[in-house]
Amino acid sequence: MRAWAALLGRELRLAWRSGSAIGTVLGFYAIAVAMMPVAIGPDLNLLARIAPGVLWISMMLAALLSLGRLFERDHENGTLDLWQMGVMPLELVVTAKALAHWMTTCLPLVVITPVLGLFLNIEAGAVPMVVVTMLIGTVAISFLGAIAAALTLRSRRGGVLIALLVLPIYVPTLIYGIAATVASTTALGEAAISSLAMLGAISLIATIVGPVAAAAALRVQTG
Amino acid sequence: MRALAALKVDGIQVDRGGIRVVEEASFSLGRGEALILAGPNGAGKTTLIRALAGLLPLAGGTIELEGADDDARLGEMAHYVAHANAIDADLTVAENLSFWQVFWDGGADSSRLDQALDGFQLQSLRDIPARYLSAGQRRRTALARLIVAPRPIWLLDEATVSLDTGQVERFSVRVNRHLAAGGMVIASTHLQLGFDVARTVTLDVDEGGIGATARITTGPPGTWRAQGTRA
Repeated sequence: MRAWAALLGRELRLAWRSGSAIGTVLGFYAIAVAMMPVAIGPDLNLLARIAPGVLWISMMLAALLSLGRLFERDHENGTLDLWQMGVMPLELVVTAKALAHWMTTCLPLVVITPVLGLFLNIEAGAVPMVVVTMLIGTVAISFLGAIAAALTLRSRRGGVLIALLVLPIYVPTLIYGIAATVASTTALGEAAISSLAMLGAISLIATIVGPVAAAAALRVQTG
Repeated sequence: MRALAALKVDGIQVDRGGIRVVEEASFSLGRGEALILAGPNGAGKTTLIRALAGLLPLAGGTIELEGADDDARLGEMAHYVAHANAIDADLTVAENLSFWQVFWDGGADSSRLDQALDGFQLQSLRDIPARYLSAGQRRRTALARLIVAPRPIWLLDEATVSLDTGQVERFSVRVNRHLAAGGMVIASTHLQLGFDVARTVTLDVDEGGIGATARITTGPPGTWRAQGTRA
C-alpha cells in the first residue's frame, strides 16, 4: 500500500512539474467550446439545448489529448521494464497512473466546465448535473483510455489511433451522461437517477477492466 | 535479502521477431557467483538478460530459483540496469532514488538512500533534476538504484556505459561487495570489470550477423564454452 501511494505521489508530482500539459488540455477545451457559438450563431435557445452535448464531447476530446503520454514517458526512459519486473502487479501500476490522469486532467476539466457553460447559455439548473455526471463519467474516460494508450504505445502517430480506438467505447458514458443531464432539467427526476446509476456502473466496471486490459496490452508491447 | 540459494537456468530459448536468438542457454549460479556475457554486437546478450528478467517470453526451457518461494519469479528478485536508465528527467536525483526505495523496500531503511548517493558520488547532485545531468551522472543515478533496495540478483546489461575509468573501478568494488554478501550477478560487457568471482561466457555470432543465434552450454564450473549456430 505504501508503495502504491508512493507511485501515485510520483505521478502527481510529475504532472505538476510538467504543468504545460494540463494547460494545453484546458486551453483546447476552452477554445473548442468557445468556437461553438461562433459557428452556430446567436440563437440562445438552440445553444442552451445543445450545451450539455457540446460540453461533454469537447471535454472528452480534450481529455484524449493527454492520454497518449500516459505510458509513453515510462516506455521511453525504461521505467516500464522495471514496473513489469516489479514487486507490484502491473495492473496496480496502471490503476495508479490512470487515477493520476483522472486527478490531473479530468478533474481540472470538470472544474472549469461551469464557466465554459456560460458561452453556451447553459441553464443554471443544468450546471450542477453536468458537473456531477462529468465527475462520475470521467473516471471511465481515464481508465478505459489507459487501454488505448497501452495498445498504441509503440505505434507512430499513436494520438489519432487512440481517438479511433477509444471514442467508440466512450459512447455509453456519453449517452448516460447526457441522459442524466437532460432528465434533470426536464423534471424527470427518477430518470436522472437511473441514468446516473448506469453512469456510475460503467465507471466502476472501467476501473476493473481498464487496468487489467491495459496491463495485458503493455506486456505484449514490451515483449 | 531473501534466501535464494542458487539460480538454475536449463535450456532456455528466446525468439525475437520469429527468429531464435538464444538457441539454448543453460547455466547455474550459486551465491557469490557472477556470470559475464561477452561477445560481439547482436550476439544475444541483451535478449538473454531481458528473458531472464521476465521481459521477454521464453520459447522453451526453465528458470529455477532454489531456496526461494515457489511462486517467486526471477524479475522480482533482480535489479535490472539496461541501456535506458529508467530515470525520470523531471525528478531530482534524490526523488528518483527515494521513490524506488519506497516502491521496492517500503522505505524501511532510509539510510540506504544516503549510502547509494555516497557510493556513486551523487551527494552534491541530489537536488538537481535529472534532465540537467550528464550521461555519466545519469548512469550513476541508475546504478545507485542497485543500492537503495537489497535484491539478491543483479542483471547488468552494459551497465558501465558512459562511466569514466575511476567510476568503473568504484562500481566494480560495489559489485564485489554484493558478491561477497552472497549476491549473484549476470552482466554483459565488453570491458574487463575485475569482478572477484566471475565466469565469462562468450557468445558468438555467425558471419552473416542477422539471425545469428547464441548457444551457451556449460558443464561443471570452469568448463564453460559457447558456440554460435545459424538460425
